[in-house]
Amino acid sequence: MEVNEQIAIDHGLKSDEYKKICQLLKRTPNITELGIFSAMWNEHCSYKSSRLHLKKLPTKGKKVIQGPGENAGVIDIEDGDAIVFKIESHNHPSFIEPYQGAATGVGGIMRDVFTMGARPIANLNSIHFGSPQHKKTKNLLRGVVHGIGGYGNCMGVPTIAGQTSFDSSYNGNILVNAMTLGLVKKNKIFYSKAAGLNKPVIYVGSKTGRDGIHGASMASASFDEKIEEKKPTVQVGDPFTEKLLLEACLELMSGDSIIAIQDMGAAGLTSSSIEMASKGNLGIEIDLNKVPCRETKMTPYEIMLSESQERMLIVLENGKEEVAKKIFDKWNLDFAVIGKTTNSKNIELFFNREQVAKIPVNILVENSPMYDRKWKKSKLPKKNKIKNEVLNKLKIKDVLKKVLSNQNICSKEWIWQQYDHTVMGDTIQKPGGDSGVVRVHGTNKAVAASVDSSAVYCWAHPLTGGKQVVAESWRNLISVGAKPIAITNCLNFGSPEKEENMGEFVECVQGIGEASKYLNFPVVSGNVSFYNQTKEVGIKPTPSIGGVGLIKDYTKMISMDLKEIDNLVLIIGKTEGHIDQSLFARTILDEKNGPPPEVNLFNEKNNGETILNLIDKGYVKSAHDISLGGLLVAISKMCIKGNKGIKISKSKNLINEIEYFFAEDQGRYLIEVNKDDLKEVTKILNKNSVHHEELGIITQNDMIINEKTKVTIDELKSYYTNWLSKFMS
Amino acid sequence: MKSSVITFPGSNCDRDMDVALKKFGFNNKMVWHNDNELPKSDLVVLPGGFSYGDYLRCGSMASKSKIMQSVINFAKSGGLVMGICNGFQILVETGLVPGVLLRNKYLEFICKNVFVKLDNKENTYFKNLNKDILEFHIAHNEGNYFCTKDQLKEIKDNNQIAIYYCNKEGKIEDQYNPNGSIKNIAGIFNKEKNVLGMMPHPERMIDQSLSGEDGSIFFKNLINNIK
Repeated sequence: MEVNEQIAIDHGLKSDEYKKICQLLKRTPNITELGIFSAMWNEHCSYKSSRLHLKKLPTKGKKVIQGPGENAGVIDIEDGDAIVFKIESHNHPSFIEPYQGAATGVGGIMRDVFTMGARPIANLNSIHFGSPQHKKTKNLLRGVVHGIGGYGNCMGVPTIAGQTSFDSSYNGNILVNAMTLGLVKKNKIFYSKAAGLNKPVIYVGSKTGRDGIHGASMASASFDEKIEEKKPTVQVGDPFTEKLLLEACLELMSGDSIIAIQDMGAAGLTSSSIEMASKGNLGIEIDLNKVPCRETKMTPYEIMLSESQERMLIVLENGKEEVAKKIFDKWNLDFAVIGKTTNSKNIELFFNREQVAKIPVNILVENSPMYDRKWKKSKLPKKNKIKNEVLNKLKIKDVLKKVLSNQNICSKEWIWQQYDHTVMGDTIQKPGGDSGVVRVHGTNKAVAASVDSSAVYCWAHPLTGGKQVVAESWRNLISVGAKPIAITNCLNFGSPEKEENMGEFVECVQGIGEASKYLNFPVVSGNVSFYNQTKEVGIKPTPSIGGVGLIKDYTKMISMDLKEIDNLVLIIGKTEGHIDQSLFARTILDEKNGPPPEVNLFNEKNNGETILNLIDKGYVKSAHDISLGGLLVAISKMCIKGNKGIKISKSKNLINEIEYFFAEDQGRYLIEVNKDDLKEVTKILNKNSVHHEELGIITQNDMIINEKTKVTIDELKSYYTNWLSKFMS
Repeated sequence: MKSSVITFPGSNCDRDMDVALKKFGFNNKMVWHNDNELPKSDLVVLPGGFSYGDYLRCGSMASKSKIMQSVINFAKSGGLVMGICNGFQILVETGLVPGVLLRNKYLEFICKNVFVKLDNKENTYFKNLNKDILEFHIAHNEGNYFCTKDQLKEIKDNNQIAIYYCNKEGKIEDQYNPNGSIKNIAGIFNKEKNVLGMMPHPERMIDQSLSGEDGSIFFKNLINNIK
């Protein structure tokens, strides 16, 4: 087939990008080469719209061993141990084929982690669906949950935390972000940088089929009414093979055979081979006849662009082929020497003894397009003036019922009960808490992880929203007693070609950067997903932040369930009564405008660090951060989990009662302390200038608010637990 | 006391079982599915997981694997064989215990704590246990035990039902049945009571920081009974 501009455009390339290719090659590419360019230069692989802005994120820190640019980020957790982690999106495929889309998302992120030599020890996910009333929502939710469970459960990696939301902006574009943490010894980390000439390049794992061809290009485009036709671009997962691949790779990694290793994820053999060559400043030669194929008569184009799952590319030390082959034979996996490293600095492909492609590696990588897209700055919306008469008409109990049973607050047990969250025998905090926590096997340490996003805040004011998500991740780690170390981000946005969407991206990233810098909470890995858009409608900007922290002594872990009658609950951080963009304002008052709550990074840091200090001294019996839904929702969850009541007396300040209980001011926590410790705790809080007040005293049962409103624990439970299972049945 | 845990390629609770057995004093060995010989053992455990991917009926391929012939012979000669979760599914497929395990009633994987009631303490597994109700943990997609009426009568007559799903107080009712299994059955023995298959994972309940500690009670008692 003769390549021309139209064919290039059909491959998702722009006209000027095609011209640039011809210029760089000094000729017209053949179809295989064009396929390779389209795979490397799409948004998903090249980050062409985002690179410029991502560069501004803080990525360094004392505990950072590896920042962005590798398969995943790596942080130091002391004693020679390190945690490898990353979050990644699988949004587009999951909308088209929810089960396989979500399953291969989980499979892909786990591969990123074990490629670096780490055994996966925990999975998390952040999933977002359209309005519950939308006809597709239920099936998409069911399919995604089954897919995530199907893959993670079979791999034997616990799914320890997650986040789910519903919003009509996801009606045509759901989000599925999967995150994995792995454990590795600091001196046994593997990278993707090839080194040395004439080293064998080996292919291991599943055979290559025709599935997923152009998956990465599909994920770099908006949806239209023909979306169903894209089903063949969705990969099909085989978790059993991945389990074998995991064990085989870790077995090979225990020796000294591997120079570089890279999983075949998006854009399969193309991006894995090119990335390894590019990082090593080498060339690579591949004989495509040697690639194990599942189907007959596959063309070089198809072999290079297939996104069949559960495959790895490895550069071995010379003479180690037999050692490696023996291990992959033991695990019944395909193994083939398919090429070698060269000094040509080209990628050269052969098929039936003919050269079918020859491209200088640097023009694929370094010369890939980078755009400074136009973007629009957003203004901080004006505050709404909500009249006290409106608020005073509301009954606290009615509001609490509606808010607790709201789809974005209620218990997600229906989801996480379908995920094996206890396999590996180290899960000490299950889903449903502020963070999931797993022990570092055989030690006193534990690792906490949380995944968060606040699309509504980001939509109302991207800069504030970006900061808020990082702060919330930080708070969720603090609340379980973990010292926050670093984050990974999954940036889900609409089309970068629209100024509004690009503006949302730029300012959210700016907010994330500011907060992560201030909190010394660097970004070590991540992924960008643009074009979450159907025709002209894009999603609300949804950066998901995955935070990881360390608990040095796991017996000091904190959970949110109230522990003991007569203990006191303190509110840490100031309640100002910010109602705009709160769940209360949006659902009860039907008020969708206004600014999100302000994020004061000084207070976030100071409050968080002071709480860690109190936890370390043993004063904190339970803790929970105050986020979506506000104060009363937070204390309700603590009551429900601890099966205890509370007698609340609102302190005498000027804020309206409803605002006080349902405002979403940031930087706040609830902590439970013993009466006898109150003096000492207060002293520490005052010394650190942390705003605090008493919320109430823990009782046997019933939540009593200001001596006039009574809500029993059973009522709280019924508000909180029933919505999702009823919706799905 | 010597124990062996069989590792199939897709086993994923083999390490957890190894940790548990060692914690309570077993000298445990991991045995590869492709081996022919079992090491000398007082107890053989088939752990949870997805043995060969379980794309066919769960456990069916594993039941035909190399090592299983030795396990079957060991069981038939009176040796203690315990199958947990996928291990139970494998035992059912070998015919060492009667019945089948169907997909969960609500067609969903389920991971949570459950209570089980012991039905029979006249065996090495539960003898001398000072509790009748244990809190265990389940995590499975195919734990819906089913057998024919005749089989049910037979296993009842032979006291082969090991544990039932129940509530905290030991009430065996439909609402406490997590997967639709017939008569709330969570685990059964062979006729001779040396082979036990059960869905719950005692190895996930072996320390205070995990889901609970009733697994510790079970393993401590088990090793004392074997001694």
